[in-house]
Amino acid sequence: MKLDGGQALIKSLEAEGVDVVFGLPGGAILPVYDPLLDSPIRHILVRHEQGAGHMAEGYAQVTGRPGVAMVTSGPGGTNIVTPLLDAYMDSVPMVCITGQVARPSIGTDAFQEADITGITQAITKHNFLVQSAQDIPMAIREAFHIATTGRPGPVLVDVPKDLVDANNPASAMEWYWPTDADVAAELPGYKPTTKGHPLKIREAAELILAAERPVIYAGGGILKAHAAAELRTLAELCDIHVVTTLTARGAFPDSHPLALGMPGMHGTYAAVMSMQKSDLLITLGSRFDDRVTGKVAGFAPGAKVIHVDVDPAELGKVRQPDVPIVGDCRQVIAELTHVIRELGDQGTTAPDRSPWKSTISGWQERYPIAYEPHVAGDALKPQAVVESLHAAAPDGTILVSGVGQHQMWCSQYWGFEEPYTWVNSGGAGTMGFAIPAAVGAKVGRPDRTVWAVDGDGCFQMTAQELVTASTEHIPIKVAILNNGYLGMVRQWQEMFYDERYSEVYLSLDVPDYVKWAEAMGCVALRVESPEEIAPAIDKANEIDDRPVVVEFRTDDREKVFPMVPGGKANDEIVVPPFQRSEEAR
Amino acid sequence: MSRRTLHTLSVLVENRAGVLARVAGLFARRGYNIESLAVAPTDDDRFSRITVVVDVELTPIEQMVKQLNKLVNVVKITELEPRASIERELCMVTLSVDRDRRNEVLELAQIFEARILAVAHTAMTVSLEGEPDKIDDFEELVRPFGIIELQRTGRIALAKLERSPARSRSTNKAKAS
Ligand SMILES: Cc1ncc(C[n+]2csc(CCOP(=O)(O)OP(=O)(O)O)c2C)c(N)n1
Ligand SMILES: [Mg+2]
Repeated sequence: MKLDGGQALIKSLEAEGVDVVFGLPGGAILPVYDPLLDSPIRHILVRHEQGAGHMAEGYAQVTGRPGVAMVTSGPGGTNIVTPLLDAYMDSVPMVCITGQVARPSIGTDAFQEADITGITQAITKHNFLVQSAQDIPMAIREAFHIATTGRPGPVLVDVPKDLVDANNPASAMEWYWPTDADVAAELPGYKPTTKGHPLKIREAAELILAAERPVIYAGGGILKAHAAAELRTLAELCDIHVVTTLTARGAFPDSHPLALGMPGMHGTYAAVMSMQKSDLLITLGSRFDDRVTGKVAGFAPGAKVIHVDVDPAELGKVRQPDVPIVGDCRQVIAELTHVIRELGDQGTTAPDRSPWKSTISGWQERYPIAYEPHVAGDALKPQAVVESLHAAAPDGTILVSGVGQHQMWCSQYWGFEEPYTWVNSGGAGTMGFAIPAAVGAKVGRPDRTVWAVDGDGCFQMTAQELVTASTEHIPIKVAILNNGYLGMVRQWQEMFYDERYSEVYLSLDVPDYVKWAEAMGCVALRVESPEEIAPAIDKANEIDDRPVVVEFRTDDREKVFPMVPGGKANDEIVVPPFQRSEEAR
Repeated sequence: MSRRTLHTLSVLVENRAGVLARVAGLFARRGYNIESLAVAPTDDDRFSRITVVVDVELTPIEQMVKQLNKLVNVVKITELEPRASIERELCMVTLSVDRDRRNEVLELAQIFEARILAVAHTAMTVSLEGEPDKIDDFEELVRPFGIIELQRTGRIALAKLERSPARSRSTNKAKAS
C-alpha cells in the first residue's frame, strides 16, 4: 500500500492503539494534521503546547498507557520542553511528535527551525530525527517501545516536513508495520532487564527475615510496574511497615495499619524517623531522591539497603546497596515473596519486632499530621479544605495537584486508597502542572471524578487550558487554594530568611478567579468562610457537564509541617509549634 | 607529572548521526571528566568505537558505565583497566628549530623512535606514536625548542592478550547489575 509520510504517521499511531493526541498545529506539522481528519483518533486542541505535554502525562499516569503530544517545529517544540523534563524526572511514558523544517532547510536557520533533538537530548529517554518517509512506522514503533519498557520515559520523534508533505516526492512510502523482531534488530543497544537475579533475591529474603527494624521504602516504580498488589502481599506477609514516596502515593492504602505515609522533607514524623532508625530499608522502585534522604550522609545511618530497580544506574547512584537487584518491581517482589514463604516453611523465623512496632506507634500517636483549628475571623485552613474535598469525593476520585504548599497538603491530608488516583509533578516540581494534567487524566478516565487542587501561583501559569477543557467538554473540577502568595517560597523566607519576603506576594484579588473562570466557560464559586466549604464542594461535585473552579481564600500564614530544612539531616525534622510544646526532647 | 586516576572505556555505539554528541553530552551533564576521546567506525560499519579516558576521582566508574549504558545507541561497554590493556596515542608536533640545533631533535627522535615528517629552515614537524606516558615525556623534552603547534589524537586501547578476558569488564546491557 502506497502512502505518504503524513498518512503513515497517523496510521502508525492507530496501529499503536493511540486513542487520543494532545496538540496544536503549525507550519511544519501541518501535513500530518490533514490525514488526522480521517482518523478515529481524538485530537484535543490545547491553548499552549506546555498544556499538551502535561495532558499527555496526566493521561499516561492514570491509564498506564503512553500519552501522545503533537506540536509544530521551533516554538511549538520549545514550548513542550518543560513537560518533557517533567515526564523524564517522573518516568512517565510519553511520545512527543514534533514537526521539523524540510530536510534541505535543516541547519540554515530556516523559519521556525530549532534543533529540538539537540535541545531535548538531556531530558528525554531517547529521541529521533526521522531521515526518510519509509522510516516513519519504525520510528513510531521504536518510540512507543522505548517509552513504555524498562524504566518508562518520554521519547521525542522529530519529523521533517518534506517527509510528510503529500506534495513532496520525498514523502512517498510503502506501508509496513514492523514486528517485535524488526524493532529489536533496530535497537541493538536496548535490552532492559526485568527478571531479578535469583541469588540476590535469596540474599534479600534472608536479610528481610533477619531484620529487627525493617521498613519498606516504596517509590513510583511500584506504580510503573503495576506492583501495588505484590507490594501489599509482601508487606502483609512479613508484617513490615511501608512508606510511600510522593510519586508512590496510592501504591499502598493509607488506611492500612502498616501504612506510614509519605517520607521526606514534608513527610510524616513516623515515616521519616522509621527510616532514620531502621536496620533494613527494603527499597522498591525508589531512587533516594534528595527530598527523601535529606543530607545523604545523615540518612538512615544504621540501615542495610536492599535496592530493587529496573534501572541499573539507580543502584549505587546515591546510596550503596547491600543487595542490589536489577529488575521489574512486580516480578522481583513476587519472587521475593515466594522465597520468603519458602524460607518460612523451612523454619526460618523473624526476630521479635514488637519493640520496633511500639516505637513506630509511639511516633504515630505523638506526632500525627495535624494543624491548629480554625479561629473565627481568620481565612480558611488549607488543610481543612483538602480534608473536606476528600470527604465529599466519590470513590475512585483522581486528585491532581500543582507544586507548592497545596501539593504537600494534598499528599498529607487526602488519604490515598487506590493506585493511580494521585497525579503530580514530583522530580521536576513543575508549577502549572495541575490544570493540563487534570484534563489529560479526565480524558484517560472519563468515568472518574477528577479534582485538581492548585495554588494561585500555579493556576496563573496554565489556567488557559480550562478553555480547552470547556470547549472539548472535559468536566474537570479545580480547587484553587488562594493564599495570595507563592506560599512555599514564602514559607522558606519566613523560616530561613528572617521573614524577609522577597517577591512572593501575588495579590488576593487580582486576577478575579471567579470572573476569569467564567470567561473560560467554567462554573465558578468563591469560598471565604468555613460554613461555605462543604456546600460549595457538593455543588461542584454535582456539575458534570462543564469544568468547575472553586476559589478558596486560605490563610497565608499556614505552613507545611513537619519539615526537614533543606540540606539538613532527617534527624533535624521540625514538627509544628503546637506539637513542640508537649515535647520531652 | 602527577597522574590522576584515569580509566579507559571502550564504548561500542551505533554508527548514527548524533551519537557522539549524546555520549559527550552525557559526560558534560553528569559532571564526569573526560581526559581524552577518540572515535572511528569499526570493521563493521554499523558500529563505531569511542575510546574515552575518564577521570574517576569524583564519580565511580560503575556509575559512568551504567549511565552510558542507558543511552539507547550504546551497544556495549568494555572497561579497560590500566594494567590489562594496551594503549596507544599519536602525537604530531611542529618545533621551532634552526639549522644548528636540528641534530639535537634528530637525536631525540631516534631515542623515541619518532619520525621526521617535514623540515624547513627554521622548523621541523615530528610524529610519535606510542604509549601516552612516552608521549608525555617526549613532549616535555622537546618543549624547550619552542612548540609552534602540537596535536595529540587521544588514546585508543585494546585489552591485553595474555590476560584472561575476565580482567577487562565487559558490560552488555542485558546483564548490567
Ligand atoms: C515553574 C516553576 N517556577 C518556580 C518554582 C518554584 N516554586 C516552588 S513552589 C512555588 C510557589 C507556588 O505558589 P502557589 O502555586 O501559589 O502554591 P502555594 O505554595 O502557595 O500553595 C514556587 C514559586 C517551581 N516549582 N516551578
Ligand atoms: Mg499560593
